[in-house]
Amino acid sequence: MKYVDEFREPEKAEALRREIAKLSRQLEKPIKIMEVCGGHTHSIFKYGIEEILPQTIELIHGPGCPVCVMPKGRLDDAIAISQNHNVIFATFGDAMRVPGSKTTLLQARAQGADIRMVYSPLDSLQIARDNPDKEVVFFALGFETTAPSTAFTILQAAAEEIHNFSMFSNHVLVIPALKALLDNPDLQLDGFVGPGHVSMVIGSDPYQFISQQYNKPIVVSGFEPLDILQSIWMLLQQLVENRCEVENQYNRIVQKSGNTVALQAINKVFAIRDSFDWRGLGDIPYSGLKIQPEYAQFDAELKFTIPNLKVADHKACKCGEILKGVLKPWECKVFGTACTPETPIGTCMVSSEGACAAYYKYGRLSTIAKRTIPKVTITQEPLPACGFFSD
Amino acid sequence: MNIHSQNSIKNPLFQKIEQARHRQGKVRDTHITLAHGSGGKAMRDLIDDIFVSSFDNPILSQLEDQASLNLASLMQQGDRLAFTTDSYVVDPLFFPGSDIGELAINGTVNDLAVSGAKPLYLTCSVILEEGLPVETLRRVANSMKAAAEKAGVQIVTGDTKVVHRGAADKLFINTAGIGIIPRGVNISAHNIKPGDVIIINGEIGNHGTAILIARGELALETDIESDCQPLHSLVETILHVCPQVHAMRDATRGGLATVLNEFALTSNVGIRIFEESIPVREEVNGVCEILGLDPLYLANEGKLVVVVPKENAENVLSAMKSHPAGKDACIIGEVISSPPGIVLLKTVFGAERIVDILVGDQLPRIC
Repeated sequence: MKYVDEFREPEKAEALRREIAKLSRQLEKPIKIMEVCGGHTHSIFKYGIEEILPQTIELIHGPGCPVCVMPKGRLDDAIAISQNHNVIFATFGDAMRVPGSKTTLLQARAQGADIRMVYSPLDSLQIARDNPDKEVVFFALGFETTAPSTAFTILQAAAEEIHNFSMFSNHVLVIPALKALLDNPDLQLDGFVGPGHVSMVIGSDPYQFISQQYNKPIVVSGFEPLDILQSIWMLLQQLVENRCEVENQYNRIVQKSGNTVALQAINKVFAIRDSFDWRGLGDIPYSGLKIQPEYAQFDAELKFTIPNLKVADHKACKCGEILKGVLKPWECKVFGTACTPETPIGTCMVSSEGACAAYYKYGRLSTIAKRTIPKVTITQEPLPACGFFSD
Repeated sequence: MNIHSQNSIKNPLFQKIEQARHRQGKVRDTHITLAHGSGGKAMRDLIDDIFVSSFDNPILSQLEDQASLNLASLMQQGDRLAFTTDSYVVDPLFFPGSDIGELAINGTVNDLAVSGAKPLYLTCSVILEEGLPVETLRRVANSMKAAAEKAGVQIVTGDTKVVHRGAADKLFINTAGIGIIPRGVNISAHNIKPGDVIIINGEIGNHGTAILIARGELALETDIESDCQPLHSLVETILHVCPQVHAMRDATRGGLATVLNEFALTSNVGIRIFEESIPVREEVNGVCEILGLDPLYLANEGKLVVVVPKENAENVLSAMKSHPAGKDACIIGEVISSPPGIVLLKTVFGAERIVDILVGDQLPRIC
């Protein structure tokens, strides 16, 4: 397939695998690389990338799955909105099965709420046009990747003066989440595979703080298997050469300064919240987007009474530790027993981009049974800047 | 006056009325009304005009409450009866390459065929939503007629119900079918053994993708058509060269992955398939990429998964390729002893991953 098959050629993958293996032999100790984005996690498992990497490279599956980081309380709020009389609640498909504290949107629909699955926020605007006597609410979630399209939808609704339309904004920002992770003493990472879709919007420049303040290399990566392998290879090169830079593997899509039009739309429609609650990670300052007062008529949080309660995660659920890469999914006591894709306790098990679901779905045998990842002793001392490698 | 008196019957007006009463029923309404399910004249007209005239055969024309089938003739053809039923609720009713009527016939024919049975008789039960255009029903019935003729089966009895507007989505069809399994044929998911070879008769995911696109919710245009087709003749061809086929199933809802998981769990064997061997159209892969779906789980309506002993694999493959419904047949995997109950996919990069049972529907990803 044009523009796809080129990034899945086995011969090129094998060449990259050999190069990665060669470089990994120059490492003095095992390394941990975090792929921030859930899309990468999905690809890594789907194509079995982790399995062909040397065992000295451990992949940590980061918090970049937008439905995985949705706290239960916000899901409860969404369900409460959907249960309002006269409301049509529109959502992306993979949010349907995310558990709130008592139920999911899928269950709420079965119980009578008018919840419709859409492929784009503009589809929800069309529902509003087609149903002028109903209130249509779009469940806006996702990172900077999806924020521009929801922003454009609000601008469109404003231009057309559509009054029966609003959004329940749960957009989150990747940079504050990365900062929170990097400040966490539990986390000892050697580098990042940077999110491709988010970077298409924000560009690669915003990651400079990772290399400059935290002395970690980052390579912004595409989602095809060869993209990911090449990004890992680029990261290893940096580590071996004792460099800490922001590099852009996905330069066919990602510019240094991002997409100006998309960023302008986000800035016009959204304001940054003082704080946003992330599932498993807790409150992260300045990490969420709310709708600007100028567009208040499209803000579902102002249009509807919502419970707005914080609901603690299940005690046994280790999604937080898994999102931070402190624990592997199978180290959670309920993984694969009480918590399965059929009966998810934590959101990491819901979305196909979630680390637990990916392990359960694609790798519970090959990765857990066959591959025992060597435990790395975590030192509390800050590591020297990329400097524990030979050569 | 007694209206049944000899004089009354001779009355020309009375004779005209009687002729009219015995006339072949005809539907005069443009849309289905509740009267068409009431059991009265309107329903009789609908059955006559749409179903009896389309499915025309001597057994159905008896219009009894049941079809009366000759046992002796059935017993000559084999030693076991295969009996199946399925319901069809597809939206939209008409989609590229096929429609609900053809689907209802081929689906049941294929469910019979994969046991090695010769499909013979089908039932047709319809649930109609008040307001359905009669022309739509006529099109569907004609399509069922054509599919039944192609598959060599007769629709011998049926039922019609009409429900209030909103109580059903336009048109639901249930078909049951019986066929005869020849002596010596024993095809079952329990028979699969390590060392067996897995063959499929062509590209996967075309039907699921065609339906997805036909719903019009995606701004996508492709020329993908449903693969809806009867498979009984292909099965006959396979059994001709390999009567000892171990297992066979049509990969409908849940796709190839679901069939393979059913096989692995039922026979408690492992199954390894090879990503590069599985035929998927570029367009299907493209739609899956956009929506975050996996073609392994997309529905098919004309795909057959066959498990045969290794020594018969090449023979079966070339026999399948000689048949129009199997011209793209290929070997996609093998049966292994371990891990039992698990399907593994060897990726194009040489890694192995699980292909698990789908939980609920595939849901499109956000990004």
